Amino acid sequence: MSPPKTPRKPASGNGNGKAKKLVGLVELLYSQMEKGEIPSLDVATRTKQNIEYSESSGVWVYGDATSSRSAKTARGALQLLKTTSVVEFLKHQLEVDKSSTLRELYYISENWEDAKFPDQNESDRLIEDLEILVELQREQFHIRSEESGASILGPLEIRERTRRGPKKIHCEDDVGESGYTIPTQVDNIEFLRHDARMVVAIETGGMYDRLVENGFHDDNDAILVHLKGQPSRGTKRLLKRLHGELNLPILVFTDGDPWSYRIFASVAYGSIKGAHLSEYLATPGAKFIGIQPSDIVAYKLPSDKLTDQDIQALKAELTDPRFDTPYWKKEIQLQMDLGRKSEQQSLAKYGLDYVTDTYLPERLQALGALKK
Amino acid sequence: MDSSAARGATAQDLARKQREISVAEFFEKNRQILGFDSPQRSLATCVKEAVDNSLDACEEAGLLPDIYVEIRRAPGDAANLFRVIVEDNGPGIVAEQVPRVFGKLLYGSHFHVIRQSRGQQGIGISACVLYAQLTTGRPALVLTKTAPDRPASRVELTLDTRRNEARVLRREEASWDRPRGTRVELEVRGAYFTGRRSVPEYLRACAIVNPHARITFLDPEGMEARFDRSSDHLPRLPGESKPHPGGTEMGTLLKMVEHYAGALGEFLQGEFARVGPKTAREIADAAQMDPQMRVGDLTRGQAQRLVESFRRVKLLPPSADSLSPIGEDLMFRGLQKGVTADFISVVTRPPGSHGGHPFIVEVALAYGGAAPREEKVEVLRFANRVPLLYQPGACALTHAVERVHWRPYGLDQSGESLPQGPALLLVHLASTHVPFVSESKDAVADIPEVLAELDLALKQVGRDLKGFLSKRKGIEKRREKEDLIQRILPKLAEKVGGVLQRPPPDTAPVVARIMGNLLLQRDGARLHAANHGEAPRRFHLAARSHQVRKEWDLSLEPGARRTLDFPADHVHVEGLPAEMVTLGRGLAPLDDGKSPRGPVTRVHNPGRREAPAGPTSSSLAPLPRTGATGKRETSPTTLAAFSAEPEKPEEATRP
Ligand SMILES: Nc1ncnc2c1ncn2[C@@H]1O[C@H](COP(=O)(O)OP(=O)(O)O)[C@@H](O)[C@H]1O
Ligand SMILES: [Mg+2]
Repeated sequence: MSPPKTPRKPASGNGNGKAKKLVGLVELLYSQMEKGEIPSLDVATRTKQNIEYSESSGVWVYGDATSSRSAKTARGALQLLKTTSVVEFLKHQLEVDKSSTLRELYYISENWEDAKFPDQNESDRLIEDLEILVELQREQFHIRSEESGASILGPLEIRERTRRGPKKIHCEDDVGESGYTIPTQVDNIEFLRHDARMVVAIETGGMYDRLVENGFHDDNDAILVHLKGQPSRGTKRLLKRLHGELNLPILVFTDGDPWSYRIFASVAYGSIKGAHLSEYLATPGAKFIGIQPSDIVAYKLPSDKLTDQDIQALKAELTDPRFDTPYWKKEIQLQMDLGRKSEQQSLAKYGLDYVTDTYLPERLQALGALKK
Repeated sequence: MDSSAARGATAQDLARKQREISVAEFFEKNRQILGFDSPQRSLATCVKEAVDNSLDACEEAGLLPDIYVEIRRAPGDAANLFRVIVEDNGPGIVAEQVPRVFGKLLYGSHFHVIRQSRGQQGIGISACVLYAQLTTGRPALVLTKTAPDRPASRVELTLDTRRNEARVLRREEASWDRPRGTRVELEVRGAYFTGRRSVPEYLRACAIVNPHARITFLDPEGMEARFDRSSDHLPRLPGESKPHPGGTEMGTLLKMVEHYAGALGEFLQGEFARVGPKTAREIADAAQMDPQMRVGDLTRGQAQRLVESFRRVKLLPPSADSLSPIGEDLMFRGLQKGVTADFISVVTRPPGSHGGHPFIVEVALAYGGAAPREEKVEVLRFANRVPLLYQPGACALTHAVERVHWRPYGLDQSGESLPQGPALLLVHLASTHVPFVSESKDAVADIPEVLAELDLALKQVGRDLKGFLSKRKGIEKRREKEDLIQRILPKLAEKVGGVLQRPPPDTAPVVARIMGNLLLQRDGARLHAANHGEAPRRFHLAARSHQVRKEWDLSLEPGARRTLDFPADHVHVEGLPAEMVTLGRGLAPLDDGKSPRGPVTRVHNPGRREAPAGPTSSSLAPLPRTGATGKRETSPTTLAAFSAEPEKPEEATRP
């Protein structure tokens, strides 16, 4: 069974075209059954073994391996029933121009008897399947996530299309201490003007607040973005647009542990589960500030022992194609040798200003982002 | 004072007391060794001895046994007195013989013949007569008739224990509506129970290993139980055989020598089995004797040497012609009739020998059905087709079962004990000499040769069971999947059609493909049959279109398809389990009662059953060879219930 051939024309803005793409899947199932064939859909396999580097876009995308959702097994048949039920629901949602969240979709399936999802993970995954199958992002068929967008603060003026009409906002002058919250539909934002030289994306709230309090954005003409842990699609999309449209370097500042490296990787290269969206979300030019394992040694940072899970995660990263560079191999190996990890805020050992006065300038210099 | 007189008897005194003890007197004092220890057992023994005799007599006369057993409370108040009646359709007993047969211990037709029979020593029925007389004082009543055109004779007798002779109280001609047969009535002290080791249990076990017998039983409450025949074939009557030197003891040899006038060489060749001129010479040489010497001149010492050389010279094992195993086919039928089971496996081993006596071991295992899951398996033991009810713990047939590790075969077991699970084991030892541990014939001794054969047979049925269980698991999985598929796919079709606002597609072809089924599909004026399975399918197809009915025998390779020019609306497939057939839209199951056969039942067909020979209403029909040597090797075990093979044997042979 070859993968379904869905029309490759770009997603049109009107719900009808998107509904057609979705219904195309159902048509495929229908014609298979009509011919007496076992209905099945092939979806790209979403494992790290099946992501590959795309020369053209510089990001990691899915390779050729596909997994089949086939009625050959009872589980597969059930999966197709669920898929069809979701398509039916989405078609209706597009027709009446409503939207719903991933969580709402999961609850809606309560009424679907056999097609009911046992947990939200499964409905989330099915939505990802659909994104791949019809080459649309879920936002385009009106499925949102709950996660709130990033906070952003810095010398940037934007215009947001809201339900209450367009709003013009300056992300430093018009906002409070915690900055401006990016909406889920990042493409509803238009960049008007800016005075920035760089974007610093920060993992933890504590460090974001520290940089704001120390006036780092002012002193360095920087736009600060709070990633809030693993960044949402909206945050990643925003970073990509800041980089692509405003030509700003994206610098990622996280803790010094394997989970934080994955945060960086998903910003820079895309995530394994979302590689179908890499070209839309990933910023291949993003750079990693730290905390680097070598910083633990160089700055004599307070550190914690690696847990077993940490070590497992580091080992997994050694076989992850996204970390297959001399830099990452060296740093990960070093960390395994050290057996230790450090948080961003461990820099406070040398005083609250140390991060803005010493560490960041040194690291930015090293990355060539700071020309003084 | 004469101290000797005070101390005891003189030799003269003793001589006055010394006299012959008749066998009858001996048994009167030691009746427990003949199976008359408890009242319950005594009653069962009387039934058993009479039924054994009836079965023996019928088989020897080539008649299909029809046996009637009745236990009645004796008139009067005594709750522990019973009348036992056993009646058969056998050859009858010549009138003059009746007193000896029933009134003399150690008198019978089996002892001097080397071949398998139930009775052996000639003490069975006369011991019962004796027991009746000892416990109730009532005589035995015998009615017997040897031919339809001759009168029956009715004899009342007791046993004179001193002289080991019958005392005939009454003898008269009588009329009897049976063409021939024998009826024995005894009044005995006993206790009537049901359940383990009871009369009904004994009869049930009897019916299982004697599927050619019809047994009717009327219990003291007046309830009738009937064990019908499941076979119209008499077991092959075993041939008589001469003694095999390997099993000949000193006493037997001396008795054989007594009346022989001839040379040693001829004696050995002529009177023993498996002895030719060469072997005779070897035996004589080993005993350092001249083959030309006259046997009459044999000294005790020489006889002793001869018996020793019998053991030393290499001999062919005794022939199994004198044995009559039940046979795999009849064991299968007996069990199929007697128990409910999902699976039955039967094994008749090739013959072996122990101490110069041939023997054959047979084992059958019935699994599932109504057998209790949590209990130890029931083991039915048999020796020469006689159920063994007592002393299971002392018996080699039980020991062999305990020594097999059953877990790998799918039965629970703790240590070296009987396995546990919903199964019944039938274990049979047939031999011209069953090595019982005691005269009460309850338990077989642990003879290594017998144990080894039992072990092989038990493991064989164990392997069959394992195969069945794993196949059944596969079937269960398949059924589970099919249930899900049959639930989900129509919903999918419905949903897919709903989204597209088109009629839902027919799911039958998809289901057939997923399950590897045979698909029948109506297409305009034609009918398609397509095999989506991985094995070739042969089946009989019946179809109806309005009032027209047609039938085909079809054979389809995997992936193959046949188109029939027939606008069928109803179809029926024979030779495939229903769940392996999928009907497309517009086809309904054909159920007009004209279908040649009912649905296929899930009974295991062990595949090595023999096909029964032709019509068999007459008892003169040729005796089929059941159970014989090497059969196991030539015919592999198949699980008919799960292949496409139909259940009944005559169907299996259909082209
Ligand atoms: N029902 C019967 N029909 C015909 N012959 C019988 C019957 N019962 C007993 N006999 C004959 O009487 C003999 C003695 O029987 P029994 O005392 O039970 O000794 P056994 O069965 O050990 O030979 C048998 O060998 C058989 O020849
Ligand atoms: Mg007898």
